[in-house]
Amino acid sequence: MNKVMSDKKVIALYVLPAFLLLMLLVYIPIVLTGYYGLMKWDGIGSMEFIGLENYRNLIVDSAFWRSARHSLLLAIFSVISLIGYLLVSLVLSGRIKGADLFRKVYLIPMLLSSVAIAQLWMRIYHPTNGVMNRLLTSIGIEQPPLWLADTNIVLYSIFIPIIWQYAGFYILIYYAALRNVPNELVESARIDGASPWQIGYKIKLPLIAGVIKVTIVLAVVGSLKYFDLIWVMTQGGPNGASEVIASYMYKQAFTTYNFGYGSAVGFFLLILCLIITYIIRKLTATKEEVQY
Amino acid sequence: MEKDHKPSSTEKPVLQKVAKLFLYTFLIVIAVVQVLPLVWLFLFSLKNNQEVFNLPPLALPQDPQWGNYARVWTEGNIGQYFFNSVYITASAVILTVIFASFVTFAITRMKWKLSSLVLGMFMVGLMIPVHSTLIPLFNFFLNVNLMDHPLAIILTYTAFNMPITIMILLGFYYTLPRDIEEAAIMDGCSVHRLFFQITLPMTAPVVATTAIINMIYNWNEYVFVNTFISSDKFKTLTVGIQNFIGQYQTDWGAIGATLMISILPILIAFFILSNRIVEGITAGSIKG
Repeated sequence: MNKVMSDKKVIALYVLPAFLLLMLLVYIPIVLTGYYGLMKWDGIGSMEFIGLENYRNLIVDSAFWRSARHSLLLAIFSVISLIGYLLVSLVLSGRIKGADLFRKVYLIPMLLSSVAIAQLWMRIYHPTNGVMNRLLTSIGIEQPPLWLADTNIVLYSIFIPIIWQYAGFYILIYYAALRNVPNELVESARIDGASPWQIGYKIKLPLIAGVIKVTIVLAVVGSLKYFDLIWVMTQGGPNGASEVIASYMYKQAFTTYNFGYGSAVGFFLLILCLIITYIIRKLTATKEEVQY
Repeated sequence: MEKDHKPSSTEKPVLQKVAKLFLYTFLIVIAVVQVLPLVWLFLFSLKNNQEVFNLPPLALPQDPQWGNYARVWTEGNIGQYFFNSVYITASAVILTVIFASFVTFAITRMKWKLSSLVLGMFMVGLMIPVHSTLIPLFNFFLNVNLMDHPLAIILTYTAFNMPITIMILLGFYYTLPRDIEEAAIMDGCSVHRLFFQITLPMTAPVVATTAIINMIYNWNEYVFVNTFISSDKFKTLTVGIQNFIGQYQTDWGAIGATLMISILPILIAFFILSNRIVEGITAGSIKG
């Protein structure tokens, strides 16, 4: 038995195709991104080694820091909105008939492409014919906002479809975790006279702390690399008001053909995601991991 | 049945009913918010511009313009994009699920020193932002003559979806009883036969789950196609509808019909397989 199941040739045959693809298309590229970041390169001509110049420029590039600030803002919004999703899941995990159906309906937007969602919300936000402004004018507001053209609100306008898109995803995760809380605990607390609020806050929440931690990482890292929806809706505009790290990187690389500088931005994004994942995990480390 | 431990209080049941009513209203309002934009989309896909602009947003179209769909399918090249999405998605799903099953089998069933290291490398792959790989991938595909070729997209999807697929498969492989497999080996069954005739069929439910999750990811993917594909004949729907809408910016009915066509396969899959989708998304996120 052991001999058959430790046959090196078979193992290589089973693991190598996937492993080589992973190396070739994921790991080697992230190393190369760091390397290209040391080059002056337009993507077509030859590379010129310029050391850390791209990274030095990055540090003083105010347009880049503006995009980083927007990404961070999205991350903060996303983490705050987790509280709302948690609340909905707590309600759902109580004695709610049709809880299963509710969470499925909530999930629908998440399954659609960000491109389709962006296009749909561009119509919703359309200055004159969109649902939003027709509603506002019908209740007497004469100058409804230009949702995607006003530099002061565009980032918030973009965040609404993001909530709409991801709400069902987080509710689903929280709901699944809450369903795993042992029923006896909840019942005995109820018999002891605990209110539903106390049961939720004092018993259920601590028990799903591990899952909450994971969702915080998902929300922060997901926001830092957020791209599709913003790219389709505004391309980072107007005037950089909705620029985020990923859209800034994409523009540097594929609009202005600054491949070297774009690589530096991409490498920064990678390091940022890895560091933040690590920090959040350390900060929120619990003594006893609750595994589901 | 409500267990009331203070039978003296008569107000409690009434209060509880009001609270329940409030909670259900809350949940239903959220459900409406999640679905209403899509209902509105469906309605305007069947209207002409005059109706879109003059009727209330949720009014039914007076004369449903099903022609919008036929028109964008042929004139807007949407049929071509749709076909590309189907075969690129399907090829990548098949490759990913088979390769990932091989890896998961080798990691959970076979004995080798590097298995936990290799598993760790696949799992770290979950955290890599796509944008940090784009420029090197662009350069690589240019150099191997795969730029503007569907194979570049299929291979990229396969590589990037491998970690999450393995993660979902792992949970199932760990819980699967091993006695049948052990007995087969005792009887002199080869590893290949064991994998293809015993293990793979036993994991059919989770393979279906990963396949549907992969299908959704691939169908919706945008950045890779937008970066590596430039010919219309290879573009998938996500990028194709971008082009199309650019040209038909003022024709709301056509835009609506295009968007409906692009989301319909996902909606149909959802109505048939919602349990599997829910299961896959849960399994693919929590352990992360």
